[in-house]
Amino acid sequence: MRARIVFTKQGALRYTGHLDLHRLWERAMRRAELPLAYSQGFHPQPKISLASALPLGFSSRAEVLDVRFTDEISTEKIAAQLRDNLPKDIQIKNVDVIDERAPALQTQVLSATYDVHLTEQVNGADLNKKVEALMMSESLPRERRGKSYDLRPLIEMLSVVTQPDGKVWLRMTLAARNGATGRPDEVLVALDLEPESARVERTRLIFQSN
Amino acid sequence: MLTPEQIETKLDRILLKVQKPGRYVGGELNSIQKDWAQVQIKVALVFPDIYDIGISNVGLKILYDQINQREDALAERAYAPWLDMEALMREHEIPLYALESKHPLRDFDLIGFTLPYETLYTNALNILDLAGIPVRATERDATHPIIIAGGHSATNPEPMHAFIDAFVVGEGEDVIHDILNALQRVKGQAATFERKTLLLELAKIPGVYVPQFYETTYLDDGTVEKTEPTITGVPKVVTKRISAHLPPAPTKFIVPNIEVIHNRVSVEIMRGCTRGCRFCQAGMITRPIRERSIEEVVDAADAAVRASGFEELALMSLSSSDYTYIKELVEAISKRFEGRKLSISLPSLRIESVSVDLMEMLKNHRTPGFTLAPEAASERMRRIINKFIPDEDIINTTREIYRRGWTTIKLYFMIGHPSETLEDVQAIVDLCKRVVEEGRKVAGWKVKLNAGVSTFVPKPQTPFQWVACDTKENILEKQALLKRQLMKDKNIKLSWSKPEDTLLEAWLSRGDRRMSDVIYTAWKNGAKFDAWDEAKKQEAWLPAFAEHGLDPAFYTHRQRRTDEVFPWEHITAAVRKSYLFQDFRQSLEGKIRVDCRLNCYACGILPTFANLRREHPGEGWKCPEVKSPMKSAAHLQIPVVSGAENG
Repeated sequence: MRARIVFTKQGALRYTGHLDLHRLWERAMRRAELPLAYSQGFHPQPKISLASALPLGFSSRAEVLDVRFTDEISTEKIAAQLRDNLPKDIQIKNVDVIDERAPALQTQVLSATYDVHLTEQVNGADLNKKVEALMMSESLPRERRGKSYDLRPLIEMLSVVTQPDGKVWLRMTLAARNGATGRPDEVLVALDLEPESARVERTRLIFQSN
Repeated sequence: MLTPEQIETKLDRILLKVQKPGRYVGGELNSIQKDWAQVQIKVALVFPDIYDIGISNVGLKILYDQINQREDALAERAYAPWLDMEALMREHEIPLYALESKHPLRDFDLIGFTLPYETLYTNALNILDLAGIPVRATERDATHPIIIAGGHSATNPEPMHAFIDAFVVGEGEDVIHDILNALQRVKGQAATFERKTLLLELAKIPGVYVPQFYETTYLDDGTVEKTEPTITGVPKVVTKRISAHLPPAPTKFIVPNIEVIHNRVSVEIMRGCTRGCRFCQAGMITRPIRERSIEEVVDAADAAVRASGFEELALMSLSSSDYTYIKELVEAISKRFEGRKLSISLPSLRIESVSVDLMEMLKNHRTPGFTLAPEAASERMRRIINKFIPDEDIINTTREIYRRGWTTIKLYFMIGHPSETLEDVQAIVDLCKRVVEEGRKVAGWKVKLNAGVSTFVPKPQTPFQWVACDTKENILEKQALLKRQLMKDKNIKLSWSKPEDTLLEAWLSRGDRRMSDVIYTAWKNGAKFDAWDEAKKQEAWLPAFAEHGLDPAFYTHRQRRTDEVFPWEHITAAVRKSYLFQDFRQSLEGKIRVDCRLNCYACGILPTFANLRREHPGEGWKCPEVKSPMKSAAHLQIPVVSGAENG
């Protein structure tokens, strides 16, 4: 069977990268004594696929993975057995059964939403102006690893949220398609903000609805 | 001092700038974080190398469990930050903190270092400094944690005597509770107490050595005259502690959230070794041999694999194939883990006890490979070091391993015994070539051999403690011979130790109290991570010797007089000096002493621990049983002072 698990990744786990997270899940499934399916061959690989790599240092409220099991088990049982076998900074939010023939998870991600907490003092009104100017611009030519690209079309939504306590957040939706992924820290740089002084949390992954 | 919250805030700003930030954040499954406010005694356990190595240390894991099982105490962990992290921590004024609570190490009552090898000494100093704790013991006051160290290097604690408040000699499982109880007692009596009061309490615990209550005097030739207590009430000779029975093996291994060196469950199947290789410090100082039962090992392995999800199980000991029921053990494990993906590794094997049956069983368990240690290749050297494994045994075993589909075998050798000649080294070359040739006959051209050739360091508390190190010129000549002849064959991979690394290890393991100044100065001049090529600072050492008027060759290139008093004379691992000396003499005569399970040579373990053995008869210990009745009430306890027997 194929199951889709939505989980959080917080605290210390922010510093665990994509490959390590993959291994972490494999071990968690093993500890939970779930019948994880493996690929054939000399070096069998567990059939776990993570929807979208989360950059190191970001927390997330809703990461998504697909996993295949060799036996049928109820989603409640999957959740219950995993719950006691995960590090404290990962929590299961939801488990669903997925059609075996559904397309690969990674190909279905369209975009991702982020909350960015700014730890340094920022003037909300000024930031609002900058955000407006950024969203009005036609293109934002940038470079990443020696390749030039346009940041502007990758930003689907960007807004400033001022909390009752005066703290300023940014909320954004960025493209997260294969080969067209917007990074929140690049948006911060475009707004003259220091990425180091921001705490970024991925709040949602948006998939193709079919 | 910063609060944990302040430290976390600062960390968030720097962690993305370092390699592998996951080393510095904790949060691993099976790590234990207790409520700081509810616990009286706080212990930080430190492995002074990087997280990737330290996390798998079983010794600290045992202590972590022992302490956290107590209601009145908590144990957290810290490791040495790598260079990039250290630089940022210093720049941002972040003191070294424990991974669980992020409390600075200074907030703890006790810091326990494990020092399993000497190249960690400068790191220990660096860690104290990063924690904002005075590096020298005498500069600390009542507000500072007590600094304790244990591990194999406690068999000669003197080079580190100036930095460590108390050393634990021998096994830590029982003594840790004595130490915490002493702390509890002293803390409970008064809100403020003298540091010395507590140290005095610690010095009374069997197996605990508090260097500042002892003084060393020297003879005109620079050798030690004597090391004696300066106060009454502390033992003249500190005898190591042992556990009569190995306590239950740890089963809740901490599972790192990042990739580390050893991702595996380790179960210690026995402690000690009966082979008596004369160069091997571990074999001399971890006696007596005590085995866990098959059932205990299998249950512990099962529980640990379930709790960790690791895919590899290591059956640990100094010589795993010598475990009495090794075949039955592997069989029982195969049965218990049937259908579960698990590879079994036996990290140290004795060539003649690796049977074909054992190989057949391991074949089904994705055992990564075999590492065997012939150490020497000529009959003469094999006799000198008391590791007599005939060529035919080595050839037969390696051939059978190759035949079963393992393509790579690791063979460990040692050069640099002062009586070794170039012919003895040539024998290593010849043996390696023969192993490969014979392997090719059964498995073709894919067979590979990794030959690791280390250089001998005469270690304290071994029969070779009287012997000098080989000269740098000799070592280089011997290594040149190996390289010339072995590197031609592309299926043989040769590795060797740099002579300067060997020298450093020898200075640090053989030094006296005066080495403390050298270590301090070398560290001040930038020495740290001495086992890491990309971090060590070799050039810091010789000037440090010069600054303190000491000659490095005095420690390394000098055959010891037969009546010489060693810097570690007041510390004993319960193997008598007279026994070691007799064994050294036998080495000169090329006499072999076979496995002491077959024939007790009266090394000194039994008289020291006679009562423990009497109370624990049977197969668990491999020493003969003690049947004589107890002599007097004075013998009812582990002897605190057994110096009379040592000489």
